[in-house]
This record gives sequence, C-alpha cells and structure tokens, in this order.
Amino acid sequence: MDFILNEEQMLLRDMAARFAADARARQEKTPEEPGRRWSRFAELGLLGLTLGEAHGGLGGGGVETMIVAEEMGRQLLTEPFVPAVAMVSPLIGELGSKDHHEQILPRLAAGEVLVVPAFLEPEARYDLAQVATIARADGDQVRITGRKAVVLNAPQADLLLVSTRSAGATGAMEGISLYLVPCQAPGVSLRAITTLDGRPAAEVNFDAVAVAATSRLGSAGTALPAIERAVDRGIAALAGEAVGAMAALLDLTAEYLRTRKQFGAPIGKFQALQHKLVDMRVALELARSVAAAAAMAVDIPDAELRRRFISAAKVQVTRSGRLIGQAAIQLHGAMGMTEEYGAGRYLKRLVVIGALYGDFAHHLERFAATAEPAGLPN
Amino acid sequence: MKFTLSPELEAFRQDVRRFVADNLSPATRAKVDEGRRLVKADYVDWYRILHAKGWITPGWPVEHGGTDWSPLERYIFEEETALGGAPPVTGGINMIGPVLIAFGTPEQKAAYLPAMRRGDLWWAQGFSEPGSGSDLASLSTKAVLEGDHYVVNGTKIWQTQAAYADMMFALVRTRFEGKPQEGITLLLLDMKSPGLSIQPIRTIDGGQELYQCFFDNVRVPIENRVGADSKGWTYAKYLLGFERHGIAGIGHAKRQMVRIKRIAAAEQDRGTRLIDQPRWGERIALLEIELMALECLSLRLIQESEMMGAGKGPGVEASILKIRGTELRQEMFELLTDLTGPYVIPFDEEVMRSGWGNAAPVGPAHAATIASNYLDSRKISIYGGANEIQRNVLAKSILGL
Ligand SMILES: Cc1cc2nc3c(=O)[nH]c(=O)nc-3n(C[C@H](O)[C@H](O)[C@H](O)COP(=O)(O)OP(=O)(O)OC[C@H]3O[C@@H](n4cnc5c(N)ncnc54)[C@H](O)[C@@H]3O)c2cc1C
Repeated sequence: MDFILNEEQMLLRDMAARFAADARARQEKTPEEPGRRWSRFAELGLLGLTLGEAHGGLGGGGVETMIVAEEMGRQLLTEPFVPAVAMVSPLIGELGSKDHHEQILPRLAAGEVLVVPAFLEPEARYDLAQVATIARADGDQVRITGRKAVVLNAPQADLLLVSTRSAGATGAMEGISLYLVPCQAPGVSLRAITTLDGRPAAEVNFDAVAVAATSRLGSAGTALPAIERAVDRGIAALAGEAVGAMAALLDLTAEYLRTRKQFGAPIGKFQALQHKLVDMRVALELARSVAAAAAMAVDIPDAELRRRFISAAKVQVTRSGRLIGQAAIQLHGAMGMTEEYGAGRYLKRLVVIGALYGDFAHHLERFAATAEPAGLPN
Repeated sequence: MKFTLSPELEAFRQDVRRFVADNLSPATRAKVDEGRRLVKADYVDWYRILHAKGWITPGWPVEHGGTDWSPLERYIFEEETALGGAPPVTGGINMIGPVLIAFGTPEQKAAYLPAMRRGDLWWAQGFSEPGSGSDLASLSTKAVLEGDHYVVNGTKIWQTQAAYADMMFALVRTRFEGKPQEGITLLLLDMKSPGLSIQPIRTIDGGQELYQCFFDNVRVPIENRVGADSKGWTYAKYLLGFERHGIAGIGHAKRQMVRIKRIAAAEQDRGTRLIDQPRWGERIALLEIELMALECLSLRLIQESEMMGAGKGPGVEASILKIRGTELRQEMFELLTDLTGPYVIPFDEEVMRSGWGNAAPVGPAHAATIASNYLDSRKISIYGGANEIQRNVLAKSILGL
C-alpha cells in the first residue's frame, strides 16, 4: 500500500478543504437554500468526481472520494455527497444502460438530479440481502411494493435507487434487482425524519409503484454484489468523513485545554488530561490509516480482500469515533454538553456514521467471515 | 459473612418495592421506562406521595422528618425507588436540607424545611461559574454587605432546572484577600429577586434543563445568610459530602439493565433475537457482572463504614463508587445505542417530550429516545465532581500525599 497522495490528489485535497471551510462559513453567516449549496458542489466538479471522463466526470476512485469526504466531515457539511457521489454514481456507471448513462449521469454531475440509495429495510438491520420489497412484472412495467428504512436525503431526492426482490425468499442472495424510482411516482410516500446529526431523511413506502421495466439497473435478480460494492464505497467515504470529524474535534479539544484555566493553570497542564488527549490522537491516527487503506481497497478486484478492509475500517472508525467523541465532551466539562459549543455536533455525526451501513458488531462478524489473504507464512 | 441480608431488611425491601409499584404514577413510570423527559410535576407529585408516607427525607434527623433508617436501609430505599422507576429526589432536599439543619437559624429551618418536605419549595444550586468549575473555590460572584442586605453581582452557570426553582443556595465571594476558600459565604436567594435573571442553555441531547443565572445588584437580606460570613466553604464541603450512599446509582443501573434486556429481546438480526446471539449476550453478561461487582462493593463499603463509626457514609471510597457507577452506566447507554442499530439515527425532540402519541413510531418504539439518553449520559462523569477530580482524590489517598 502506498499512503502518499499524488500531486493531483493533493490539489484535490486543498481545493476540497477550501471549499468545505468556505461552505461552512457561508452556512453560519446566512443559511442558504439546500439546492444552491448543492450546485456549488457541481460548479467545482465534485459531483462528477466518481464518474468516468466520458460522462463528464473526473474519473476519481475511492481515494479521491475519501479526500473530499474527509473535508466535509471536518466542516460537518450535511450535503448528500456520500450517498449520491460515493455510492450511486459509480453504481449507475457500472450497471446502467447506455440510456441511463446518457440521461442521468450528466445531470448527476451537474447537480440537476439527486439520486440516493434505498437499500435497507425496517426488519433488515444491516443485511443487504434482507429485501422484502417486491418487484412484480406487469406488462412492460414493474410494480414495486415494500418499505425502506432511514433513507438519507430522500426528501430532497428526485430518484431513489431501490433494491427489490423479483425472486427468492427474503434473505436470499439471488433474486435482487435495482430500480430507479422517481420520488414523485404515484404510490411512493415519505415519512420525513430528521437525523441525529441534522440531515433530512425518510422512511419510504412503496405501494404498487409502477415504473418502466427499463428503469432496472443491470440484469434481473443479480444486483446484490453490485449493491454490496456500492455500500462498501459508501463505508469507505463515511470513514473519511469520520476521520475529518475526529481530527477537527481533536483540534477543538486541544485548543480548549490550552485556553481553559482552572486551579491557576491551563487545564492542559494536568497530565491526566494530556494522556487522554494522546489516547485520542492515537485513536485518530489508527482510524485515519485504516480508512485510507479501505479507500484504496474499494477499487481492487478481489472482493474478499476488499470486504476485509472495509469492515476493518468501519470497526476501527466506530471505536475511535466513540473514544474521541466521548473524551472530547469529558475534557470540556459542562461546556462540552452544550449544543452551542459544538463538540457535541461532532459526536452526533460520529454516532450516526457508526450506525450507518453496518455497526461495529455487524462488521466484526463480516470481517471474521472473510478469508485471510493467501501467502502468509504458516 | 452471610449470603442473605437479614429477613427484616428483605421485608423492608419488599415493602418499598410494593409501595413504589402501588403509588408511583404510571405516566411518570412510563416516561422513566422509555427514557423520555420528566417535567416538574413528575417530580413534585412523587415527592408529595413520599411525604404522605413519611419517606421524603430519610436522611434528615427524625425531629425534622427523617426516618431513622440505618445506612443499609437508606441504600435499599434508594435502590428500590430508582429500580421502580421513580424520579430521583432532587431540588435541594439532599443538599441544602442537611446544611440548614446543621447550620441554619431556627427561622430558616421553620421557613424552608417543612415546605421542602411538602414539595412546595424547589432549590437551584448556585455554585459553578463560567470561570470556576472544578476549581470552585476560585468563584468570583461578589456579595457586598450594605446595611442589612448583601448586594450580589456576577453570574452562575449550569444551574439544573433553575426555572423550576423558588430559591437558590449560592456561594458568593465576600472577601477577596486571603485564601480563596476563606472568603466565601453561603446565601439563600429568592429566584424572584429583582436583578436576578436566568437564561436557558440547550444541551447536546436536545434538552433544556441547564441555565445561566445573572445577578445585577440583587439584594439579599442578611437573615438569608447561612451560618457565618466567609464560612461558606465549610458548609459547601459538608453539603457535597453528605449524600453518598446512593452515589453508585445501583438502582438506576439495574433499571437500565432491564431495559437493555428488553431491547435485546425485541431487536432481531436475520431472524434471531440479539439477546440470543453470543456476541450480544456476552456483552450484556459482562456489564451485568460489572454491575454485580459494584453492587457488592457498595454494600460492603456501607457495612464497613457503619461498623467503624457513627453511621457515616463511605469516605474517599465514595470516589470509587462515583467513578465506576457513572462509567458503568455510560457503558450501558453505549450498549443501548449499539443494540438499536440504524434506528438510533432518527431524532425527534417532540417524542422525547411527549412520546409517539397516536402516531406510529418510526422504527421500534423503544428506539426514539436512545440517542438522546446516550448523549445525556455523558454528563454524569462531569458533574458531582468530574471523574478526573475523583481520580485525583483517590490517587492522593492511595499514595498518602
Ligand atoms: C448536567 C450538569 C448539571 C449541572 N448542575 C449544576 C448545578 O445545578 N449547579 C451548579 O452549581 N453546577 C452544576 N453543574 C456544574 C458542574 O458542577 C461542573 O460542570 C463541574 O464542577 C466541572 O466544572 P467545569 O464544567 O467548569 O469543567 P472544568 O473544571 O473546566 O474541567 C474541564 C475538564 O478538566 C478536568 N480537570 C479540571 N481540573 C483538573 C485537575 N486538577 N486534574 C485533572 N483534570 C482536571 C475536568 O475533569 C474536566 O474534564 C452541572 C454540570 C452539568 C454537566
């Protein structure tokens, strides 16, 4: 593994850092309409980051996605970069027909349409194969009936990318197909929710929603591996976001320890607190490193090895996030408990990231179930 | 050593348990069960029930309405009321109450103690300031004696439920020379005093229980001073050292354990209840063992200190109970968060206050309060002497420094 960014990646990082800091500052001054904020992403080309050049994109992979996500996490931006850019765009690029490519991809890159994934279901917890949403053929249409859980950014989306079952029992690996479903289609209903970290989301119900058979992505019944790949890309990006949030929180805490005085000294003089801060830093460095490895692993062909790194990153990032988030609150004393101060906002983001696309326990199990890479000495 | 407590104590435990079950309002119990927010009436209604039974101030001397229970009985009472879902007894009863009894004038005792027992008088604790938290003795809210009034200027912060309070007991600085501890006076302020204003502070769990209090030439009659001028630090230390029997929060922790098991039985992964899956089962068991160890430690310390003298609570060992009790409960809320999985993500402050009402819950009904409860639990290792400070106290005592 080579952890060093190349020149283009460094440029991307600097650009994303400036952009995200600017977006945050702008947001704090006068809250902008969400559509306007999203189009700024498009203006910089960030929405085409993961699309091939043929589709007007930059052709970036896991590493580029992570670079941008980290800066977003650092500034706690809530735009749907991870669902749309990290997950959906590559998936449409991979599975979509020529028509899909021509009709959707340029508009994704331009920020004209927002497509978000709707994979998990109320009873599924984190199992992507637990698909009880049914797609039934009806002439040259398909009728979709079912429910999807905690769909991030659904209230802002134009289309949902929905996993459905066309064959097999709930839980079977085969028989899963992906459909693009317009949010405005009759029979789609949203129960809007707000997430702990302040993003719009929804529980989505599909009641015999009719879509054209051509809105299926890829061949019927075989979508699960691609869904899993898309989720892994999402996890790698979320890990980047978490690293950005942790780094910012560590900076904030260090600054507080330098300036808050008790007993006639900055509290950073107390060794008990110094050691806690160091533990936070160690946790950050581990998370940053495994997250980078996971971002690289996103694009390798060996699915088993990819899973191993993605799950390892999710476990490490969740643990580091909890350690850093909780310690940051503790070291701030009562100030850390206030909404206004802002340390808690990072903790909330880290809690949400921990609970998205497989928690600690889920990925521990998934990691344990992957084969060790070949070639180790006995 | 004997495995069981005496039959009398066991009977007492059953009495308290039955009393809570029979008398606590089901609506309040449901809020506590579900982790929703309590309002003042939830507390005060319960205090009135306790008062009618003669159980509102077990720790006070009998002549002031105490129960003359042994430390072990008081421990059992606290455990059983918490376990039964009762709101904690707060609002100053266990803080300023004992101080007034020990150091107050007959007029102060008559004016405040009966009203406190009846649930008619709620106190805010005016100790911390923006510049003085762990280092409380550095406080700088100033009180100047002018004739028969103290004139108070400055600010206090982090007062819990100041909007519920009728009165505040506050530490103020009356002398600026000498050791900081020696210039502090304990005053009793009417919250309606002209010049006293409060401002709510929103917390990360979505709640709004904390306040900053501002004093702009607030006039406090000299008869509202507790004890002597500039001796407030002694009274504050007495106050903070008073109620330590329940410091480990065993009853509360046991109740969370019940909640953990209920949720672990309700949540499923691929058709199997989480509680039946070894990786979750073991985590639950580990916390249960930690809880058992802490409970044994609490009981042991109470009995040992009872043996050694004067029915005092545990000494520096209380710091062990505070550290482990708070960190264990925080681990329980972490586990609750993990058990809840993706449905920890939605957040709705309205549900925290009023429940789901007639609306169908988003996800399992138990999920809605978990994230807020988890975030809220971060406070317990900060207040009541932050855990770092408790560790400093213990370290000094172990090393004999
Ligand atoms: C929910 C809540 C309710 C509260 N209610 C009240 C109330 O009703 N009335 C009231 O007066 N106050 C109240 N407080 C305030 C509480 O007493 C203080 O938060 C506490 O004393 C810590 O002070 P601080 O918050 O200023 O933190 P600081 O003292 O600034 O401490 C910041 C960090 O530094 C650490 N630290 C400080 N000194 C040392 C040291 N010497 N060695 C090692 N570490 C150190 C602390 O442990 C903490 O981690 C409440 C606080 C909370 C969170």
